Amino acid sequence: MNIPGLPPIELAPGPQIRAVHDELHGDLLELSMGPHHPSTHGVFRMVVTLDGETVVKLKPVFGYLHRNHEKIAEATSYLASMPYTDRLDYLCSMTNNWAYALAVERLSGQAVPERAEYVRVILAELTRLLNHTCLAGFLLQDGGASGTPLMYAFREREKILDLFESLSGSRMMCNYQRFGGCRADPSPDWLAAASTLAEGYGRFLDEYEALLTGNEILMARTQGIGRLSPKLAVSAGVTGPMLRATGVGYDVRKVDGYGVYPRFPFRVPVGAHGDVYDRYMVRILEMRESIGILRQALRDIPAGPILDPKSKQRGLRPKAGEVYSRIEGPKGEIGFFLISDGGPNPYRYRVRPPSLVNLTILEDMCLGQSIADSVVILGSVDIVLGEVDR
Amino acid sequence: MLGIGLLQGLAVTARNFLGSFHDPKRFVTVQYPEERTRLPEAYRNFPFLVSESAEDPMGTLRCVACQICEKECPPQCIYIEKSRDKKPDAGGRPQIYPAVFDIDIAVCMSCQICVEVCPFDAIKMDQVFELAATDRFGGLVLDRHALAKPNSYFQQVHPAEAADVDERLAAARRAAEEKARAAAAAKLAPPRPAPAPKPPAAQSAEAQKPSPPAA
Amino acid sequence: MSAPLIAEPLLERAPLIARDWLTHALPEPLRWIANSLITIVVLLTVFGLLFAFLTLAERKVLGRVQNRPGPNRTGWAGLLQPFADGIKMLTKEDIVPRTADRVLHFLAPVAILGFSFLTFAVIPYGRHLVPVELDAGILYFFAAGSATELSIFMAGWSSHNKYALVAAMRALAQLISYELPLLLSAVPVVLAAGTLSASGIVEAQAGYKWGLVPHWHVLTPWGAASFAVFFISALSESNRSPFDLPEAESELIAGHLTEYSGFKYALFFMAEYFGMCALCGMAVTLFLGGWQAPLPALEFIPSYAWFSAKLLALLLVFIWVRATLPRLRMDQLTRFAWKFLVPLALVNLGASAFWSLTFAWTGPMQAVRWAVSLALAVGPFLLLGLRLGSGIGKRTYRCA
Repeated sequence: MNIPGLPPIELAPGPQIRAVHDELHGDLLELSMGPHHPSTHGVFRMVVTLDGETVVKLKPVFGYLHRNHEKIAEATSYLASMPYTDRLDYLCSMTNNWAYALAVERLSGQAVPERAEYVRVILAELTRLLNHTCLAGFLLQDGGASGTPLMYAFREREKILDLFESLSGSRMMCNYQRFGGCRADPSPDWLAAASTLAEGYGRFLDEYEALLTGNEILMARTQGIGRLSPKLAVSAGVTGPMLRATGVGYDVRKVDGYGVYPRFPFRVPVGAHGDVYDRYMVRILEMRESIGILRQALRDIPAGPILDPKSKQRGLRPKAGEVYSRIEGPKGEIGFFLISDGGPNPYRYRVRPPSLVNLTILEDMCLGQSIADSVVILGSVDIVLGEVDR
Repeated sequence: MLGIGLLQGLAVTARNFLGSFHDPKRFVTVQYPEERTRLPEAYRNFPFLVSESAEDPMGTLRCVACQICEKECPPQCIYIEKSRDKKPDAGGRPQIYPAVFDIDIAVCMSCQICVEVCPFDAIKMDQVFELAATDRFGGLVLDRHALAKPNSYFQQVHPAEAADVDERLAAARRAAEEKARAAAAAKLAPPRPAPAPKPPAAQSAEAQKPSPPAA
Repeated sequence: MSAPLIAEPLLERAPLIARDWLTHALPEPLRWIANSLITIVVLLTVFGLLFAFLTLAERKVLGRVQNRPGPNRTGWAGLLQPFADGIKMLTKEDIVPRTADRVLHFLAPVAILGFSFLTFAVIPYGRHLVPVELDAGILYFFAAGSATELSIFMAGWSSHNKYALVAAMRALAQLISYELPLLLSAVPVVLAAGTLSASGIVEAQAGYKWGLVPHWHVLTPWGAASFAVFFISALSESNRSPFDLPEAESELIAGHLTEYSGFKYALFFMAEYFGMCALCGMAVTLFLGGWQAPLPALEFIPSYAWFSAKLLALLLVFIWVRATLPRLRMDQLTRFAWKFLVPLALVNLGASAFWSLTFAWTGPMQAVRWAVSLALAVGPFLLLGLRLGSGIGKRTYRCA
């Protein structure tokens, strides 16, 4: 590639595609899957070029759910942007809220009381549980399991959503974190209910794994499919369970140690092959680790204020400056980059969506495999279009 | 291996199938609308305006049309017009009231920020969701008559929160009453007695002196 | 049908008595025609209703497996749901693409339903309830069943839609691949029973060992293996999960039925269920003793009731398997048929021959007979299974 004024750039050789109209081998078929998807991933389109059943080129087309989130934030106060962050990755509103609150706290120099930090960890791990459970359900649904794993996943997710509803008032659009703490104090009843859920979740995971993990058909459909090498994953910026499945043990909770995570000893499972089965298994193992973190946090949560008394929500005007802060969301590293010019609205508001970054590597994972596999591979990337398109 | 995993999976589904006949944990459907789930107290869906009394909702609205909620609402679904006159509020003092207070519930996302920023506990979150209408603007833009609900309703849907608010408002009212009583008492106290007139011998001498200021 | 014996219980003879009451007044050739027509009408009604309520049962069983009730609003407990679905199908617009071959497009659902229905003719539903007594009934059954595959290709070809054609070819590849294990697993039964006639095979499974255990073929080593192969092949022949890739919803190519809507689509659906019922009926006939009771004490229950019970049990297992297993990819499907089921069925043929030749062994030789048969059933399964699943397996994970 030649840009005038710069030294020539060497690009890696792309996939070799033969001519589209080939007398001997037949035409290549270009198909558009989506945006009305037969699968469960929202308005997302894949333009695949097929040689028989093999994928030779895949172009992801997204933007069908673009809602101008970042531009709207430039005209909205910092507090009023919080409910919009719920709607980014709409399955995991608590972690989106936390990432944004963390960014604004760093920008405006606000402190967070200890009880609020513990509550944030508890809610983030509950969100991780529900996200990974949903993913297992969706992946199997794409693999053709007639809805049974999906229904079991949703049955357990309902319990977590009930917890969220009794704490924040809403199941999915929680709008719960505030700058300097959390909006409402969990009662001892709520903490007891969360403990009960954490204890029972291990049994549910055992039953779920009995249904799925040893299932030969699932193994045949997912092992060796959609391999991703660690080098490619790191250079593409892939984060989250997808990165850890390739063998790179990078978890922002361990690397940054934000919040009170350093107080909880937990393990970070990594895969070895980087295929779909590894991504599924890494998420199951992460769920078991999350249950451990939940138990510790619920046991050790201190009393105290839930919101810093000196914190400011309404009319917040952080001093001019910029900040990028990130957390380990269930799908990967979710980050917020904020530039403040001293006014009530941010000058620039940018979300680093893990789903979008993980999606850019989709073509490399799908090349050379059958079209039926590309549906399963897409399922294993774990995207939510609200985050991809914002 | 060798089909054992498949048989394990079949066992799990069989257990769920047989369990669905006798175990409520394995039959989780709530057959709406005959059965309804119990909503938690914190559940929120669309705001409403609090009036002190049910008999005169418009006259006892806590809202003073300060328009803070209108400014802070993220999707800007609240529209307020201040009144030009003042009406006595629940405490008896003349107060501006909202002549127009519309919320477009098709736009409202129930984020609850209006509730958080209101300094007068005048707007709170309701729990209604069966609000389907056939008219986009007639049915889904609620005016202040549709939005006003009495404090007794607030106590019914959010008992703990209403108790907190009532306590706080009662305490504020008591403090205000204390202050008013102290001010009134100070006003009503007898005036300081004027100094006694001097005897006549010194009167001519003091007649030149300016009279002492009135007590 | 054979003449009823006088000593049998009333319930057993009830269908024949009803039929004779209807047609006894007619002269001879007309009487035979009337009898046949009544048989056809009864079969259509029974299996039509079975199809309707099977769709409902499938949804309700799937629902219960998934912790939810399934359809329960139309009629009491959802019993009117199939009729609501039928009305929906009938009121949809029948679209035929402009460039499609109209004759073939119309003929395909008719043909598939006709051929599926033809297979019902040789299944013995009860002691005196075989519609047509054929000496080569099994042969006829599989021939008629294979003709349905032609209709699938007709559907894909006549639609003049390249996606439908490709999907039809994939469906055809699947069906042809699984015909072989299907037939090869039926051959040992024919060998053991010594006859191709369906009623003959049921008769060959009569009697009880030690007065308690029936002589059903499924209770022998080679029979159990054959039954397993037949069952898996039947799942695939009727396009059921985990072999339902050709008509999968989450796949790209919408299947050979893309261009069918309304009643024609309903006919294809009906033909799939008829095929399912027929194959299950044949499985019952070949392996589960047909209309025989499992215990001598239970013989007072009429034979058609036993047949229905066994048929419904097998259909329930079909639905159970659908609720649990994800689907196989096309190449995995065909590899499974050719590299696993066919060799297994062939070895099983040898095992069945060994069993038949050694029927005279008694005493300690019986144990040898059983041991050798079990080894011939389980050994190849292990060998082939390990070879097929060599690339996949459970893994252990480390932590960073």
